[in-house]
Amino acid sequence: MVRLITHNLLACHVKGCNSNNFPLEFKDVQIELREAEFNPDFLKGFMPKLEWKALVDAARQLGDTSLPLELPEMLDDDFLKNLHHVLLEIHVEEGTMTCPNCKHEYPILNGIPNMLLAEHEIG
Amino acid sequence: MSRPELQAPPEIYYGDTEAKKYTQNTRNQQIQADMTYRALELLNLPPDEPAFLLDIGCGSGLSGEILDEEGYIWAGVDIAPSMLEVALEREVEGDLFLQDIGQGFGFRPGSFDGAISISVIQWLLNAETSHPTSSPPHRLNRFFTTLHSALRNPSRAVFQFYPSSDDQIQLITSCAQKAGFGGGIVVDYPNSNKAKKIFLCLFVGGGGPQQQLPKGLEGDEEVDRGVKFERRRDRERGRDKSGKRKNVKARDWILKKKELYRKRGKEDVPRDSKFTGRKRRAVF
Repeated sequence: MVRLITHNLLACHVKGCNSNNFPLEFKDVQIELREAEFNPDFLKGFMPKLEWKALVDAARQLGDTSLPLELPEMLDDDFLKNLHHVLLEIHVEEGTMTCPNCKHEYPILNGIPNMLLAEHEIG
Repeated sequence: MSRPELQAPPEIYYGDTEAKKYTQNTRNQQIQADMTYRALELLNLPPDEPAFLLDIGCGSGLSGEILDEEGYIWAGVDIAPSMLEVALEREVEGDLFLQDIGQGFGFRPGSFDGAISISVIQWLLNAETSHPTSSPPHRLNRFFTTLHSALRNPSRAVFQFYPSSDDQIQLITSCAQKAGFGGGIVVDYPNSNKAKKIFLCLFVGGGGPQQQLPKGLEGDEEVDRGVKFERRRDRERGRDKSGKRKNVKARDWILKKKELYRKRGKEDVPRDSKFTGRKRRAVF
């Protein structure tokens, strides 16, 4: 159940890995689509927190090209619907996420990413 | 019995059976629900903005279900895989992470509008190995600093927890302050043994009129609801035809018991007679 909304907030937290540690790269993913309730107010409130480029890249990697490369000025309904679909309805069930900096791999099993670190990686 | 956090680390204590047991226990469900509502109240979120919350130690999603009901979008972290499995079975809406909160979070700064945690952080107070990174102060520091940066400014984090001594409260609050949090402890029903609940209410971002430490609830807990499941006794105590309340240990009951004892072969069971089960009248 890794949705892109949380993927967009997730950075690597290995000891000493402080720069270039976002976004985590998906690999060998299986995705599942599950409908969720459309809530435009939430999306509008959430927009400032998003890292737009990372979101679009991740969405394209998962095969969804409905989002424009540049963040549009006007938020119309179609755009919000697409954003809703990308953020909340695409679930990554299996695969791994890799940190672009330290190459630590976070495996995703059954939709739950394993964020545990080994002893020497704890900051 | 000793406290669960003293018996084994959480990911082992909440194994498959314990996770099921914990989640199916209706008393647990009730308590968790009450505390989640109270934590949300303490969180004091603006009423009509749907918020994005972090549930720390979400377990099987008992509190997450309430967040769903209240219309919040949330993500949960827990260290016990079995608990998360139960959460998957229960189909909660939030995103789940297998994560040790003592190792810190990797969320980008300002990700969440608030955090709640129901009976979790007492688990951080035991060292599982002798490695320096597993000492409680180190883990608490790591936890609070990474949480502080993951929260929006201004926002709140509310933790309900069960400390076993004042020293523990002291340790936790000092670590939280070091990480930059304001706020403190809120105690609900401080004079009741059973209903007493301790909340750690932390603020990100200083001052502000609404960032004052809320008051704990006082007085007695609402009317004791009584034990819910003793139906049998109620039935036995039911009224007879004339509307009088039946005595539980009336003649019928005594005869039944004596019959039972005879069947089991007990010796010296008194004979039945017309005096059986009668009260002795005061003579004088």
